[in-house]
Amino acid sequence: MSAIGTEQGGVHNEAVARRMQEKLEDNARLRREGGLLRDYQAARWDEPIAMELGRPGERGVIPPQATDVAAEVPEAAELLPRELRRSAPPALPEISQPQLVRHFTRLSEMCLGVDVTVDIGEGTCTMKYSPKVNELLARSPKMSELHPDQPEETLQGILEICYRMSRILCEISGLDEFSFQPPGGSAAVYGFAAIARAYHHERGDDVRDEVVTTIFSHPCDGACPATAGYKVVTVMPDENGYADLEALKAVLSERTAAIMITNPEDTGIFNPRIREYTDAAHAAGALCFCDQANLNGILGLTRAREAGFDACQFNLHKTFGSPHGCKGPATGALGVSSKLAPYLPAPHLVALADERAPGGLRYHLDYDCPQAIGKLRAFLGNLAVVLRAYAWTMSLGARGLREVAEVAVINNNYLEAQLREIRGIGYPYAPGVRRLDQVRYSFGELKEDTGFGTTDMRTGFCDFGVQTWFMSHHPWIVPEPFTPEPCETYSKEDIDYWAAAMKTTSDDAYESPQHFAAAPHNQSCHRIRTWERLDDPREWAVTWRAYRRKHGAARATDEE
Amino acid sequence: MNDTGFIHPYIPNSVPAVRQEMLREIGLTDVEEILAEIPANLRVPGLLSLPEPLLSEYDLRRHVQSLLDRNVSSAECLNFLGGGCWSHFVPALCDEITARGEFLTAYSGSNYSDLGKHQARFEYNSLMAELLDYDVVVEPGYDWGTAAGFALRMAARLTGRREVLVPENMGAERRSIIAELCEPEYVAGHIAITEVACDRANGRLDLADLASKSSAATAAVYFENPGYLGQLEPGAAEICRLARDAGAVSIAGVDPISLGVVAPPGSYRADIAVGDLQPLGIHMAAGTGLSGFMAFRDEEPYLAECPFAIYTILETTVAGEHTFGELLSGRTSYGVRDQAPDWVGTQTGLWAICAGVYLASLGPQGMREVGETIVRRAHYAARRLAELPGVSLPLGDGFFKEFPVCFDDTGKSVAEVNEALLARGIFGGRNLSVGYPQLGQSALYCVTEVHTRGDIDRLVDTLAEVLS
Repeated sequence: MSAIGTEQGGVHNEAVARRMQEKLEDNARLRREGGLLRDYQAARWDEPIAMELGRPGERGVIPPQATDVAAEVPEAAELLPRELRRSAPPALPEISQPQLVRHFTRLSEMCLGVDVTVDIGEGTCTMKYSPKVNELLARSPKMSELHPDQPEETLQGILEICYRMSRILCEISGLDEFSFQPPGGSAAVYGFAAIARAYHHERGDDVRDEVVTTIFSHPCDGACPATAGYKVVTVMPDENGYADLEALKAVLSERTAAIMITNPEDTGIFNPRIREYTDAAHAAGALCFCDQANLNGILGLTRAREAGFDACQFNLHKTFGSPHGCKGPATGALGVSSKLAPYLPAPHLVALADERAPGGLRYHLDYDCPQAIGKLRAFLGNLAVVLRAYAWTMSLGARGLREVAEVAVINNNYLEAQLREIRGIGYPYAPGVRRLDQVRYSFGELKEDTGFGTTDMRTGFCDFGVQTWFMSHHPWIVPEPFTPEPCETYSKEDIDYWAAAMKTTSDDAYESPQHFAAAPHNQSCHRIRTWERLDDPREWAVTWRAYRRKHGAARATDEE
Repeated sequence: MNDTGFIHPYIPNSVPAVRQEMLREIGLTDVEEILAEIPANLRVPGLLSLPEPLLSEYDLRRHVQSLLDRNVSSAECLNFLGGGCWSHFVPALCDEITARGEFLTAYSGSNYSDLGKHQARFEYNSLMAELLDYDVVVEPGYDWGTAAGFALRMAARLTGRREVLVPENMGAERRSIIAELCEPEYVAGHIAITEVACDRANGRLDLADLASKSSAATAAVYFENPGYLGQLEPGAAEICRLARDAGAVSIAGVDPISLGVVAPPGSYRADIAVGDLQPLGIHMAAGTGLSGFMAFRDEEPYLAECPFAIYTILETTVAGEHTFGELLSGRTSYGVRDQAPDWVGTQTGLWAICAGVYLASLGPQGMREVGETIVRRAHYAARRLAELPGVSLPLGDGFFKEFPVCFDDTGKSVAEVNEALLARGIFGGRNLSVGYPQLGQSALYCVTEVHTRGDIDRLVDTLAEVLS
């Protein structure tokens, strides 16, 4: 067997390979020369840090003043305990509004969101289009100005949206109840681990102190149960890239509280024998959790219940179109079967018959949930994320969701056909098996050939105006990994562009190593020089004040 | 289904001819040739049973807005609810910048391709550092309670101890989040939570009880300033000293919008500060605006045990040019899965940017003014309310923006009062009679810079009418 990462898995077809080679050659020229690649230059503003802007006395915005009560109450200082009066004002900058708007607008221009460019690289995270109409809805004062603790009768609209969305997710998953309280995918994974803990304890079974996951499941499937107190056992892949079923069976025991796995795993390979895994876990008395942070390739095609899972989670900010927002706010919708439903965190949302209510239903938050685990965060969760996800789903319906999955799968296989013709890229595991929505590729061969790995490629690649890729694929079982996910958002031309940029980046790594090693050339800043600062407490500077303390005021305009 | 005829604006390749062209180019005729990887017995037969889609954007917007219109918002009613999410002024610039698609739709792009995001985040760190008086501010977590819970777990790892002290009157929700993160007593990793008594007269921590309970077993002393019931904690420095003497980590939960006028947690030497960013220019949005910040001293063990991402400023090959990078990234759950200190994930990145915009906009003078306005308006409200017959302030003065109001001697329950207020367009304070029986029929009122004197007078006049 060749080394992982250089072997070629999947389905190979000579005729397709030739066609794709020609396509790549055609596309990997500048647009003005008949190809696809743009002569891209990122915004580069050389923008000062906010702490360097403005002059003493300038005002950005003036808050409400207490002049209307000044006659009735003393100065603020006299109302505060003497020990707690702030002695010196915080050293914040003083910047007028036009300069502030300009500053933050410029920063935003040096940021490649999905609204700006093709973001196929951050696979496992499903970077898709977030519809503008959903943003307008989320910004409605009827949403943005709600206090989460308002009387129930004043929240009927958003509660109905949550109720409807939970019914939709029950149909998509086959499970019975959902909670929107987890404020992120990992929080939902942790929530399930806490449920497993409570469930077994209530049955008098405190022996189960292990959770089993697989190495190609998301990192949080190991990390979150560890926080919940579990010893985590990680099953490695067999030679085809599947989590090894025999290895799984060997580690299941009366100590196994749950298996927590992803399918398809981060390799993009759907495990067709998944039911044998869940059956084996159930036979050992364990619960089964499917991490469905990214559901895009199987949306409406196959469900957690039929695969034997007791619970799952959907990241509404991935599959369901709510924006990522530079990492949050987010929602990990946590779904469970009826036997686990009493353990969902309080409050539980229920619909009660009420003939006076619109549609005959009144929505009620039930706090009387004696078996519920503790809260996963305050109040009800990030309901504006649920609102956006509901609008996204209602725009598509059952046919649309099916179309999302089918196009995601077609897009991925179309991209794969091109990427496998690019020098230095490996396609490990499972010959003869097609991937669904994403593929874990390897630059292992490129690294051997050129000395450049996935981090270098990531940097050279963004010179073409495409977003870089996500790097959380540790440990690197697949050497020098990357995992593109060309979801339904991307057009055929978007994918062609991405592949052409990849071909050119690879060609540069092989043929122009000096130029390549100095990348980026067209980005918002130049190459990092002080890498050692990432690991040196004397050098790192997390804030401007720490920077000035450790490195002097090299660029500071104000030396006070 | 190789020709669904279902063309959707969000899916360019839903055009049947394009689908077919792509399949043909890769040697396939039907998507089913790929989907065959999913065994038939696991396939959904036909389509899911879901509501009919609203393909027209107009229809969709109208449908969802009609549902939202069933809400009555705090913009329509006069809101005095707080207790973990608060009505505050949101500068237009915060809305403008958080709506920028470049930020809104970005994720984890690199130091080069997302330079602006990294810089905005560094500016958030830097601005919060000045407000809180620390050298390290990390990526914010989900909310105040989870930030406090992770800080307690950090403290347990830093000290190798498994008991933490918390105030007995902390909010029930925050307490529940912390208890879950500290693991139940039947789990080996359990961190025991011991309550420290609070003074019934003013809500402050009982320092004698704290001294008697802190020991060589104490991993952390967690306290709030202001606490859930709104009271400030003049003993903050003494609490931190007691913790330090016991070899424990002191953790202060604070309200950032108070810190233009209230002493910052760094000044009284709390080892870790946590709290919620929502007051700093983030809409409540039924709780979507919550974001739990964390700050601490620039000492390697603290950074190493912190679960969240931490970024440093870096230099590039061009003199004087900056970029940013994640430090000690190998330690997080992205790097070492279950061997990491807890987990890192998608948290509240957009709200960090928003809070940075807010602090840069207000500056030192604005932060002082907003703090002064809140303290004075809140005290004005408290004094006026206490003049009402039968209404009292069980914890007296010494609060920032929230305070319990007791209706015991009015003959009315909080539920009755709040129902009558709601009928008159006012959200009364949160009912404390369940979680805090010692306060009788009390409600937690929140008054901030958004409440004018006219608003407060309206509340008082309405209450006078309701209680008569």
